[in-house]
Amino acid sequence: MDDLLREFLTESAEHLDTVDAELVRFEQDPNNQTILRNIFRLVHTIKGTCGFLGLPRLEALAHAAETLMGQFRDGMPVTGPAVSLILVTLDRLKAILADLEATGTEPAGSDDDLIGALEQMASAPIAPPAPVAEIRLPDPVVRELKPGEVSLEDLERAFMEAEGPDPFDAPLAAPPEPASPEPAKVHEAAKSPEPAKSPEPAKSADAPAAPAAQEGEGGVAKVQTIRVNVDTLEHLMTMVSELVLTRNQLLEIARRHDDSTYKVPLQRLSHVTAELQEGVMKTRMQPIGNAWQKLPRVVRDLSSELGKQIELVMSGAETELDRQVLEVIKDPLTHMVRNSADHGIESAADRKSAGKPARGTIRLSAYHEGGTITIEIADDGKGLDLAAIRRKAVERKVASQAEVERMTDAQVAKFIFHPGFSTAAAITSVSGRGVGMDVVKTNIELIGGVIDINTQLGRGTTFTIKIPLTLAIIAALIVKAGAQRFAVPQVAVLELVRVDKATAQKIERINGSPVLRLRERLLPIVTLTGVLGQDQEADAVDSGFVVVAQVGRQRFGILVDEVFHTEEIVVKPMSSKLRHLPLFAGNTILGDGAVVLIVDPNGIAQQVSQGSQSGAIPVEAEAEETEAADAKATLLVFKGGAGSYKAVPLSLVTRLEEIESAKVEWVAGRPLIQYRGRLMPLVPADPSIEIRASGTQALVVFSDGERAMGLVVDEIVDIVEERLDVEISADRSDLIGSAVLRGRATEIINIAHFLPLAYDDWARGPKKADKRGSTLLLVDDSAFFRDMLSPVLKAAGYSVITAASADEAVATLLSNPRVDVVVCDLEMPGRSGFDLVSAMRKVEGRVAGLPVIGLSGTIGAEAIERARTLGIVDLVAKFDRSGLISALAEIDVASLAAAA
Amino acid sequence: MMQAANSNATETIGTRDFVTVFVGETMFGLSIDRVHDVFIPAGVTPVPLAPPEIVGLLNLRGRVVTALCLRRRLSMAPRTGEGAQMAIGLEQGGETFALIVDGVGEVLKLGADTHEPVPINLDARWRDLTLGVHRLDGRLLVILDVDALLAFDTQRRTAGAA
Repeated sequence: MDDLLREFLTESAEHLDTVDAELVRFEQDPNNQTILRNIFRLVHTIKGTCGFLGLPRLEALAHAAETLMGQFRDGMPVTGPAVSLILVTLDRLKAILADLEATGTEPAGSDDDLIGALEQMASAPIAPPAPVAEIRLPDPVVRELKPGEVSLEDLERAFMEAEGPDPFDAPLAAPPEPASPEPAKVHEAAKSPEPAKSPEPAKSADAPAAPAAQEGEGGVAKVQTIRVNVDTLEHLMTMVSELVLTRNQLLEIARRHDDSTYKVPLQRLSHVTAELQEGVMKTRMQPIGNAWQKLPRVVRDLSSELGKQIELVMSGAETELDRQVLEVIKDPLTHMVRNSADHGIESAADRKSAGKPARGTIRLSAYHEGGTITIEIADDGKGLDLAAIRRKAVERKVASQAEVERMTDAQVAKFIFHPGFSTAAAITSVSGRGVGMDVVKTNIELIGGVIDINTQLGRGTTFTIKIPLTLAIIAALIVKAGAQRFAVPQVAVLELVRVDKATAQKIERINGSPVLRLRERLLPIVTLTGVLGQDQEADAVDSGFVVVAQVGRQRFGILVDEVFHTEEIVVKPMSSKLRHLPLFAGNTILGDGAVVLIVDPNGIAQQVSQGSQSGAIPVEAEAEETEAADAKATLLVFKGGAGSYKAVPLSLVTRLEEIESAKVEWVAGRPLIQYRGRLMPLVPADPSIEIRASGTQALVVFSDGERAMGLVVDEIVDIVEERLDVEISADRSDLIGSAVLRGRATEIINIAHFLPLAYDDWARGPKKADKRGSTLLLVDDSAFFRDMLSPVLKAAGYSVITAASADEAVATLLSNPRVDVVVCDLEMPGRSGFDLVSAMRKVEGRVAGLPVIGLSGTIGAEAIERARTLGIVDLVAKFDRSGLISALAEIDVASLAAAA
Repeated sequence: MMQAANSNATETIGTRDFVTVFVGETMFGLSIDRVHDVFIPAGVTPVPLAPPEIVGLLNLRGRVVTALCLRRRLSMAPRTGEGAQMAIGLEQGGETFALIVDGVGEVLKLGADTHEPVPINLDARWRDLTLGVHRLDGRLLVILDVDALLAFDTQRRTAGAA
């Protein structure tokens, strides 16, 4: 393929894209002559060039389209079908161009169908001539030609010289006969006029400049450009990267030597290199508008296909970002806009009935923010149906019902990024097949970007994408942890805080988890050596620098030993053998030639939330705690008051609810809601929580028989199953203590404190102070019941030891003199609970007199009789938690009385 | 050394050239066409959480190279003696690796007559990594399979690391 043709192909493709976008604009704003002129001119250029190059098919089509547009210019009303027809024509042109590119020759075929339709359209409405004939403007060129530009007249002449079918002689001039397209094509090509040959070079070089100059208002602004092969740029980039490295090496050497003679030239070299780097980086930058160009057309086609009215508003198209990044986000963006149009925006009728304007809006905006670019795709449609997503998630077994219920809306919304997830009731040709959003997310994450969803039912959905400006060179903070240096991408770094035991900024610990008070907020800290699994000295942990990082909405501090400087580093990918390590984003060579690893803040953020890091110093077990291994407890974690994490044993919780704040009623100054036909008092989990005035309010419902209480919390966070290692706090009655759950310091709330706040007479639970120190042996063969009851009993203030069988229980009783009370399942395989109690009664001393509460699935007369003979204090049904607690309370009272 | 090997390579057909390396007392052979470099490793950056075979990363003339310890790859006892180690530069799939060994010997030209298959009683791990054995005067040369050496499943490690 000769260069001329190749150049023609690239240009035409660009022109056609512009025409696409412009046409859509024009349809909305039919009186805008500037846009029309642009379109007309672009099509005209294509037609003219085709003539020169001897491409009859393209020429004929372009000519027919131009004719119709000429009618628009002459005042013919712009109709949707007419624009659609032109768009279809443009698609055909593109298809022919694609073939041309692949084979080097114009493909055989006939375009009579389109040409006919175009001409019909052009001639039909001419009957009622445009009333405003004055609109017809003279030919648009009004300014002086720049050197090298071709005037419209020249173009017109060139076009006239090129043979093309006469529009008004359609049947005669219709090009290649459909019957024998091949010979006809040869014939046409041979006919290609000789005179056209000479002006060719000038023409093809200059043609693009002309429309560029014409594009004044609107339209993606084009500046004078040359085409450079991408490979050339890439190579240049690599070389500059190497140059930067060498410069850094030189600077490093200069730092160590005091020879000033070469310092000045080195300084100069440094500057020049920096500028060169910046310049080369710029060549890679492209306006994001390039990725958007096709979107107006996409939206227009969609709206006619779906019968919706959709407007696409774009802002920040000039925001520049790296070519490579642009390539990666192009398709995801298109996909998301399609999704918004298809799923987000409702039909005009639905919108009207919802009190919204019939025309839906998709807003696409891009802007710089620090070292990243933020792209927002917002629609004012119906928003995500979170309930449907929850259902779907359970159906698809992506999450369990319980998991789904405790998830926040934001978490639920993210399910749409799951492969094969679609809640669309009907699968349309546009979307709804559940492919795509997961790819979108993968693509964005691939380039270190993050995507967030914000959705409001009935109001619309906003996707926020944050992506790095460039991938090749990043600014990084060089830090030292342990014996090694690491690079931390500066994008993620918010600030640096120096911490020292002696100063005000010091690291505090909650059950061994380091935290830092930073401007009235508690920042979780991880030590870099800790997450990297390296040993560290205990002393070293509390002094150094905290790199405050933010990933998504998660903020955390990374404790490092030293911070050196920031450096522009060239990111080199991790070796394939090391790519599975989530903590590293790559590696680089520093100025001194050393290889350092680039820490991936995303990877660390994951570690922070998983709490699997060993950075926390293990705290010695509390002496009061029993040595017996506590069974794992399932806890509900929520945010309550000042962002702190609190937890309550899940077994105590009846339901989780989200209520409309408007439903909260106030009676005698106390908040209540109507809940399942009854009034339920609401109690804040922390004095600092206020019941929200609007929106939804998360509640944790506790119930006891007929009565229920709603604990007002900020947000339900998680359900965790972990070994409950509670550090008892003595000074607050609303807390049992604190524990580390998933690496976060979490306060375990004492429900007994809250119940009386809801009902004055609900103070059935024994006073906490009385029970402290009581040790309870729970004997049950079922791990499930042990797990369920342990937290309940712990919450009631007992130290709990468990035994899985009567034999084990006897052994524990004999070896552990601290047991104060025994709670025992009476029905166990092997030796039953009755056997255990009778064995206990036979033992000498204290064990014989221990109070025992029996748990039984069914309480029959026989069992009661047998229990009485064995001196079992009380029989409680297995599921009756409150019964158990009150039975225990009676024992406490009795033993206190006995002691007195 | 490499120069000599290259000129010899074309002399006789049927023989192959091997770069000999040492780990402890054992002599190993690496096919010469896989060896790109022989250098003294310096400034190795350890990679926390990496598989044990990977010693770290090092800078070889502006390229970042993953250093692999042959001793650990073959599950041999840890090195006791002091002294400089050597590295063999290998390439696979566009990436450069450095195989850390105790020492590098001469290049040997060996024919099929001294070649033996891998003895079946060899440790399973070794069997997967070796292509055969050459009987030399007074000692044996174990031929290593470079591709197998560099193909260790990170998958297994991922599970371990997670």
